[in-house]
Amino acid sequence: MSTATAHTDHHHKESFISKYVFSMDHKMISKQFLITGIVMGVIGMGMSIAFRLQLAYPDTSFPILEWLFGSKWAPDGRLDAGYYMALVTMHGTIMVFYVLTAGLSGTFANLLLPLQVGARDMASPFMNMLSYWFFFASSIVLLSSLFVETGPASGGWTIYPPLSALPKAMPGSGMGMTLWLVAIILFIASSLLGGINYVSTVLNMRTKGMSMTRLPLTVWALMLTAILGILSFPVLLGGGLLLLFDRGFGTSFYLSDIYLGSAGALEHTGGSPVLFQHLFWFLGHPEVYIIILPALGITSEIISINSRKPIFGYTAMVISLLGIAFLSFIVWGHHMFITGMNPLLGAVFLVTTLIIAVPSAVKTFNYLATLWRGNIRFTNAMMFAIGLVSFFISGGLTGIFLGNATLDIQLHDTYFVVGHFHIVMGCAAIFGMMAGIYHWFPKMFGRMLNKPLGYIHFWLTFISAYVVFFPMHFMGLAGVPRRYYAFTLLPEYGVWMDVNVVMTLAAILGGIAQIVFLYNFFSSIFIGKKATQNPWDANTLEWTTPVERIHGNWPGEIPTVYRWAYDYSNPAYDVDFMPQNIPDEGADVELFETTTPTEPETKDEPAKETANFFTLIKNWFKPRTV
Amino acid sequence: MSTQTISKSSTWGGGNSPFKVSYGKLMMWIFLLSDAFTFSSLLIGYGAIRHKFDSTESFVEEVTPAALEAQGIPMDGNLVKFQFGSNLIEKFTPEVVAHAEVAHGAEAHADHTDYFIEKMREVGIFSETHWPSPDLVFNHFPGFGIFDFHGMHLPLIFVSLMTLILILSSVTMVLGVEAGQRMDKKAVGKWMFWTIIGGFAFLSCQAWEWVQFIGAGSLMDSNPFGPSTFAALFFGVTGFHGFHVFSGVVLNIIIYINVLRGTYEKRGHYEMVEKVGLYWHFVDLVWVFVFTFFYLI
Repeated sequence: MSTATAHTDHHHKESFISKYVFSMDHKMISKQFLITGIVMGVIGMGMSIAFRLQLAYPDTSFPILEWLFGSKWAPDGRLDAGYYMALVTMHGTIMVFYVLTAGLSGTFANLLLPLQVGARDMASPFMNMLSYWFFFASSIVLLSSLFVETGPASGGWTIYPPLSALPKAMPGSGMGMTLWLVAIILFIASSLLGGINYVSTVLNMRTKGMSMTRLPLTVWALMLTAILGILSFPVLLGGGLLLLFDRGFGTSFYLSDIYLGSAGALEHTGGSPVLFQHLFWFLGHPEVYIIILPALGITSEIISINSRKPIFGYTAMVISLLGIAFLSFIVWGHHMFITGMNPLLGAVFLVTTLIIAVPSAVKTFNYLATLWRGNIRFTNAMMFAIGLVSFFISGGLTGIFLGNATLDIQLHDTYFVVGHFHIVMGCAAIFGMMAGIYHWFPKMFGRMLNKPLGYIHFWLTFISAYVVFFPMHFMGLAGVPRRYYAFTLLPEYGVWMDVNVVMTLAAILGGIAQIVFLYNFFSSIFIGKKATQNPWDANTLEWTTPVERIHGNWPGEIPTVYRWAYDYSNPAYDVDFMPQNIPDEGADVELFETTTPTEPETKDEPAKETANFFTLIKNWFKPRTV
Repeated sequence: MSTQTISKSSTWGGGNSPFKVSYGKLMMWIFLLSDAFTFSSLLIGYGAIRHKFDSTESFVEEVTPAALEAQGIPMDGNLVKFQFGSNLIEKFTPEVVAHAEVAHGAEAHADHTDYFIEKMREVGIFSETHWPSPDLVFNHFPGFGIFDFHGMHLPLIFVSLMTLILILSSVTMVLGVEAGQRMDKKAVGKWMFWTIIGGFAFLSCQAWEWVQFIGAGSLMDSNPFGPSTFAALFFGVTGFHGFHVFSGVVLNIIIYINVLRGTYEKRGHYEMVEKVGLYWHFVDLVWVFVFTFFYLI
């Protein structure tokens, strides 16, 4: 392949800016996503500990809170009630969008898609770079809302109107809410740019022999995640634009018949706050799967590798991913059972919701069947992957409770909901992300993470997560409502005080565990043991690239693929794994004649532009010479 | 050992582009799919809000000339002639025409508009509780509208012209793409030029219509024709579409310049023209939906 050699001969002079800042190399962009995601995750977790302190010790003064948030938001070391809501809102927003959407699928789609399908880079590296920088700008805007005078958005991460639509409804509805919306619109742009790229890369840039049925499950999961994002985020964009109009231009899309004690009856008529809920949850529910699907894909890969067995039911895994992706679009109403919807419609949403249990159970049983009688290697990544399976089961079961409209009317807006989604979506996805980090750290940084520290991190996180979130189910069944600043005035909930203390202490323990991880992560980048080329004896193509980061991923030709990704412990071979790019010994390789590239643009063209971001801009103004 | 094949099927087997679609074109398709969802969300929002209100039709069916007379509104001659069912005002009040004949021209325009709206509110056709019929709101045409001295009731004629212009610009775009496949640089340039002209013409028409609507007293939060959300949705939806048309015109100009500079001639293909063509047709298609839902239904 002449283009390949031409590519590697091409000498890149990479400046600091084009290498680390405006990089168009997918591996660097994945690191940028990961580091930004980790920073956001630390902020989000810190917020959660702050409001957990408030819940456990409502009358105690913590000078550290005043030091952190200032005397305005935490006078005398006690959180202001409005600021408590702001912290809850920002914690939800940061975790859902910035950590588990961009931090998880942004990192691993960027790292794995080109490497695992055998491409030199994304279809459009330039758009890929834009995707990261939109995300970065979005993060900055969101964080800047912490510093405005009226405080950040505080109507909950679902930003229901009218709290979000009337700028004067409460302090957090002011400038902070506007910044929230701007941040999310930037985020949607980022997600769109990235998603288009991911899907095109998987469909169009697979190497020879990499048929769709030979794709690793990570690729399937990440591609379907991208499709979900492409189809659901624009609906939030539409809803968000109308919300901005309501806020800024006095329109009444979501407002009608409102009486404020201070201002009397408002002039807004004709809108409907429930309309916003429909538009929001049309994104909001697929968003849940945008979060969990990459984690499930990563888990499939890691469990198979570390069980030294082929993944059980590859086809069933792919079909269940497709099923979850499809069903996720027709279940959003189960977030809105109490909006007064027609009971018939509620029943439809109930049925579609419960059907999701089928593909989810297929995946769970396939994980367990893969583990069954496997030659299990308990690496750090494997521990986290098994942890995901645990959370996915225990959180998924409570989903069956909440999917039932009748039960949901009782449980809605109680701690049962908080416990459910933190376990099935929060913890499971975080564990999938951690599994991915532990597994692909050698690929990203060329060094190994410290294994004992990894075990400490796993056990502390696993135990503390269950201790924090499991009791919430009982609180919810007892009717304890979520989003309450303090229960001191509600004596019937006083019995939960001790439980709240235990949960808060566990949350602090979980925070300490993440410090262990952060130390491990950042120190190993520099002083970790050097990684070998294929430290986990894995089959997929990313482990055939050199340890050192090179541009274009493979020094010579792109490898050809001869088998699926899960040829572990195949009795036909002496070794217990057989990488995808190795043909059977002695077999005649019959190359199906693939058509010569009909598309006129050469695939290597974008890589050439990578040399310098600014030359790309300059080149655009110069006549092209081919 | 048997023969090992590396590729199961030529379409999805890897190492090629399925169906020979380049990644650039694929990206454009995916983007358009995504954008279709954005517009869908806006139109669904429109539908949800609109159906909270009674339509003018349902109101008109309640109102009979006798009922109007009972309210003290004289029914002499043909003050307002309702065609039940189609809800067309066939002939407008002679008073408005007479009013218009006394002082016509731009300076009297606002005055006439107020007079018209006032009359319509008097008979209860425009009210806060009824979604106004677009026939009655968008019934003017430069030089021939009910506010001008011709005093003609021209429902949706102007917006139909806009639609025609946009569809024609899609036709010229198709001709441009076709010329590109023949590598006929001159023809591509010609048809791109007409497409850009069509885009500008559409935008100008839209600007004129907005000016009329705003001139009648409509803003995002106020609307003399009826509920304020009517105006808000009109500005929101047609504005978002107009923004897309504007972006399309800018893209077309960039591509047009590249065509003239021979960039694609040197590259050996005119695929970029095809890609912006996809976008342009999409914007056209969206307008068909906006036109249907906003004006016709």
